[in-house]
Amino acid sequence: MVAAAAAGPGDGIRLAGLTKSFRSPEGPVHAVRGIDVAIARGETVALLGPNGAGKSTTIDMLLGLAPPDAGSVSLFGRAPRAAVDAGLVGAMLQGGALIQYLSVRELLSMVAAIYPAPLDVDDVLERTGLRPIAGRRTQKLSGGETQRVRFALALVANPDLLVLDEPTVAMDVEARHEFWDAMRAFAARGKTVLFATHYLEEADQNADRVVLMAQGRVVADGPPTEIKGRVGMRTIRATLPNVASGELVELAGVARAELRGDGVLLSCVDSDQAIRALLERFPQARDIEITGAGLEEAFLALTADSRSAPEAH
Amino acid sequence: MHGLVYARYELLRSFRNRRFFFFSLGFPLLFYFVIASPNRHVRDFDGSGISLPLYYMVGLASFGTMVAMISCGTRIAAERQVGWTRQLRITPLSTRAYFRAKVLTAYTMSCLTIALLYLAGSSLGVSMPARYWFEMTALILVALAPFAALGITLGHLLNVDSIGPATGGGASLLAFLGGTWFPLGNHGFLYQLGQFLPSYWLVQAAHVGLSGHSWPTRGWVTVAAWTVILTAAAVYAFRRDTKKV
Repeated sequence: MVAAAAAGPGDGIRLAGLTKSFRSPEGPVHAVRGIDVAIARGETVALLGPNGAGKSTTIDMLLGLAPPDAGSVSLFGRAPRAAVDAGLVGAMLQGGALIQYLSVRELLSMVAAIYPAPLDVDDVLERTGLRPIAGRRTQKLSGGETQRVRFALALVANPDLLVLDEPTVAMDVEARHEFWDAMRAFAARGKTVLFATHYLEEADQNADRVVLMAQGRVVADGPPTEIKGRVGMRTIRATLPNVASGELVELAGVARAELRGDGVLLSCVDSDQAIRALLERFPQARDIEITGAGLEEAFLALTADSRSAPEAH
Repeated sequence: MHGLVYARYELLRSFRNRRFFFFSLGFPLLFYFVIASPNRHVRDFDGSGISLPLYYMVGLASFGTMVAMISCGTRIAAERQVGWTRQLRITPLSTRAYFRAKVLTAYTMSCLTIALLYLAGSSLGVSMPARYWFEMTALILVALAPFAALGITLGHLLNVDSIGPATGGGASLLAFLGGTWFPLGNHGFLYQLGQFLPSYWLVQAAHVGLSGHSWPTRGWVTVAAWTVILTAAAVYAFRRDTKKV
């Protein structure tokens, strides 16, 4: 067993061909449609996607909470349940409250006792900024404080793999900041972290790698800068007759150009650069509008092809 | 080993829930004094051969402990609702250790109920050899096993809103049919029906105090059968519940 744990094909996290559908009154919902992701030990990976992309379902399967319809999960060479039983996994699930009638410190001690090699409870209280409220009863916490306690519960396990599903929901800006600092400090100890989010900024700032999901599929997988370039675009619209799209694409900061009658539509990686270049080259451009494409729009653009593909059912 | 620390905090939680503590210990005691105090000199209650203070001491101990055991389900339903059971499924805490903590807590509450009612009974003149006290207690604890399984079953089948009425009504009915409030005699429909109920045998533990005789074979078989049936139901309810994500 020790030999198998050494670096090799069994090391790290491996999701292969994961598929999951649910029944619903409107017919089957294909939540996850075949996902292949491999995460090396020590990597911090963001699972980025809009609501309904299949992130939580993927995480449920990864943790062994839901059996996949097809495909397999391997956590450090083990099945999810075996990895969880060995205390290798700590997770902060989406939603969920805390049990009552215990102080924050007691709740952490209670959970720490379940694990074979937990972190020191005081140490975790310190890292998560919970020390000032360590003696407070769990039923008296605010939403943001509850989130931090739930994060502390995942950390105290001292897991090799930390899984966080939309962890910063209900946190204010400052709490988010502290949260990500604590997460990065934990990751810096050689731990593997996988977190789901629908905020591009969170993925960009806190992950080594971003796996972009939409409609149950992985639509992009790469370093944050690359993903940001693909989905973090702004669009410039302008009225500019008699121009060739080839000329427009050559402008600095422009990724894609479309002509719509007299109008042009520029998808930009860097809209500041693009607008300067546009006006320099085509001073006659008018009715200029610059809009930030939301993640959802960017996803829709990226997945336009897969959406038009025929459904399995 | 790890499960024990979990169980210890589980106990701490139930002691801190003051209202739960107060009502589950207070009501049986209150009932006992209201019923038995004015009739403390009745030596042969309703032809049962047992003194009234002893009869109701065991009757209300069985009612209180039955409620304590079933209310373990109320806590499970509450933990399911807040997502705590789901959270525990991604920890190494085994299902077995989780239920052990729940049952241990319920038994601790039951022992407190029993101790309080024994004290109350003694104050109204109940006395018997030490051996009988022990035997009676052992029989009550054995007869509570099916109720622990019943609590777990209900905790996984029902939600927080429906489990209150279900356990309250269920426990009252079982107590009534088991003879908590008055002896069922030795013939007739209620008596025949009672023979098949675990709550009847719970109340019948009082007969130890009279003669030192424990249950007849029928009592052991009935309690064992209910334990097996309700444990199977609990396993089924748990599996069905955890299949849903």
